[in-house]
Amino acid sequence: MSKLGEALKSGKFVITSEVGPPKGINMTSCLDEAKHFGEKVAAINVTDIQSAVMRVGSLATCIKLKERGYEPIMQMVCRDRNRLSLQSELLNAAVFGIENILCLTGDHQTLGDHPQAKGVFDLDSVQLIATAKGLMEGKDLAGNKLDGIPTFFLGGVVSPGLDPVELQIIKLEKKVRAGARFIQTQSVFESDKFRQFIDKVHSMGINIPILAGIIILKSVGMAKFMNENVAGVFVPDNLIKEMKETKDKQAKAVEIAARIIREVKPYCQGVHIMPLGWGHLVPEIIKQAGLSLTPM
Amino acid sequence: MIVAKRKPLDEIKEMLKPYNKILVLGCGSCVAVCMAGGEKEAGLLSTELQMAFEMDKTLPPSGGTPPGSAKQIDTITILRQCDREYIDEVKDKLVQYDAILSVACGVGVQFTAEVLNGEKVLLPGLNTTFLGATKEPGMWVERCLACGDCILDETGGVCPITMCSKSLMNGPCGGHEKGKCEVDRNRDCGWVLIYERLKKLGKLELIKDIKLPKNYGAVKRPDKIVHEAYQVVGKEEVKK
Amino acid sequence: MEFEPNILAFCCQFCAYSAADLAGSMRLQYPPNVRIIRLLCTGKVDPLHLLKPFQEGWDGVFVAGCLEGECYFLHGNLHAKQWVNYTKKLLKEIGIEPERLEMFNMSAAMGTKFADTVREMTERIKKLGPSPLRGTEELKNRRTEEQVTDK
Repeated sequence: MSKLGEALKSGKFVITSEVGPPKGINMTSCLDEAKHFGEKVAAINVTDIQSAVMRVGSLATCIKLKERGYEPIMQMVCRDRNRLSLQSELLNAAVFGIENILCLTGDHQTLGDHPQAKGVFDLDSVQLIATAKGLMEGKDLAGNKLDGIPTFFLGGVVSPGLDPVELQIIKLEKKVRAGARFIQTQSVFESDKFRQFIDKVHSMGINIPILAGIIILKSVGMAKFMNENVAGVFVPDNLIKEMKETKDKQAKAVEIAARIIREVKPYCQGVHIMPLGWGHLVPEIIKQAGLSLTPM
Repeated sequence: MIVAKRKPLDEIKEMLKPYNKILVLGCGSCVAVCMAGGEKEAGLLSTELQMAFEMDKTLPPSGGTPPGSAKQIDTITILRQCDREYIDEVKDKLVQYDAILSVACGVGVQFTAEVLNGEKVLLPGLNTTFLGATKEPGMWVERCLACGDCILDETGGVCPITMCSKSLMNGPCGGHEKGKCEVDRNRDCGWVLIYERLKKLGKLELIKDIKLPKNYGAVKRPDKIVHEAYQVVGKEEVKK
Repeated sequence: MEFEPNILAFCCQFCAYSAADLAGSMRLQYPPNVRIIRLLCTGKVDPLHLLKPFQEGWDGVFVAGCLEGECYFLHGNLHAKQWVNYTKKLLKEIGIEPERLEMFNMSAAMGTKFADTVREMTERIKKLGPSPLRGTEELKNRRTEEQVTDK
């Protein structure tokens, strides 16, 4: 089992974070960001052509992280590859010893920097999880036998803030049934709403480690932008007010993130911190949240 | 019906530049209903073109563009350009022109070209867009992607392949907000529509099954269908 | 000689056409540049009706229907408005100033409004100058003949 899998199995509160690959082949800043928190988190997500903006792939970046001794989580979206290519990429990952795979739908291509691209969406996120699970059982999607069987630790995502929430939970349950072993959530800012969501998940009999998504809130402008443009993310007024009134934005960002982590901690198995370029703050957030800096 | 939209006039003018005797060929079926290429629209387009070319003639040539030459633009509309019998009826007339600007869907343009078999140039006047329905006067909406493997029984009569911008089969992505799609906040999220319809029907359990990956090979594009009654003594068989 | 535009007006018989009549009875002065075509309702106008006069070299066209909400056939004048707006787009595509075409609304009691409308359109078209398609000798002759027969 992957290190992430073992950490979750141990019952410890797990922290993961994230890096985004660059546009162009200069990996320095991406790997430097990972350096800030690489040894302090259980695993690092690598986004897959995030926001449909063309850039270095998830797999190449995962390999680079692994070479440096970090535990990568390879994100895979369904937008850019058909079932042949997706399965092949899963095998590629396994060849390089990358086991943690987070399956997502992917933002629509028209929202990215190549809006004229043809979207693929041959599989959806549930089917991708099921397909990866199938590979682990030695069979590809067409039922053909594999010579050499990969091991994966599969994850999915859920957005607790979306209406109708029942529809979110129906899909979440399908992901679990398809083979997901952990779930990452969209960014959480309101811990009481998150708790209500978790209660609903439990009442449906779904039992899976959930990592609450934590976005580092950088500015008032960012909060307003997310409220208007990012589905399922809502930054409440009191946080916007706090950001507005502070002189030290980074200190405030750390304080808010750490507070949310403390508030959601009783209801989840870990947090996934999305630093969006402020990776140097991650260790301080972990510290202020009262969590251990040695994940394993 | 097949829904189409007229190409920009400048694009059409550019296509017609090398030709002097031009026929605008209307189609009286789908594209007439969606007000893109019926008798009325064909007439309107030919009038527009006559005026536009006339303008080019009267305006002094600027920037090295030669003044437009005299062009003859006529119009004929047939009931369907996707049925050979209607094209055959006017074939004699069609061959008298330098070029035929068909304002049928892509099927009509191709099929008319096929019937004329290289005798005349066929040009498209429309951009064929989707299979749709009339939502209100003057508004058409897409409703089918012709995937060849209908699953509307499982989704309350709302097609996830068409109505979800990502053709997802197991539920919405994380991009919908207030029931609207991430691609366009004025467009309904197909999966929220499916959810609401199934809830009304009391059949929400239908979307709790994991749907297997879709068989995109169900239509072998470009596909062909031969009615079973014609398979036994079909034309091909008879030829043998 | 000053440019005298030729303007064609499509008038609804229930309002603008009667308003024109009233303007006459009231002995209102307005430019003699307009020829009127009476319609049962402006809802009957089609983009082709609006385009053809321009093709034949007319300098301006207007449609005059009932006040909005007072159409005898409920929505006829609103349909006309849609088609006028659409035809303006077509004119622009062709390269003719869309201002040469306009929609007006008035009631049968508005003789003054009719006279004002004619004045406004005449002034507008005078500023724009002759239509780029005002043209061939044949057309000019035909128009002179019409004017003679009118008298």
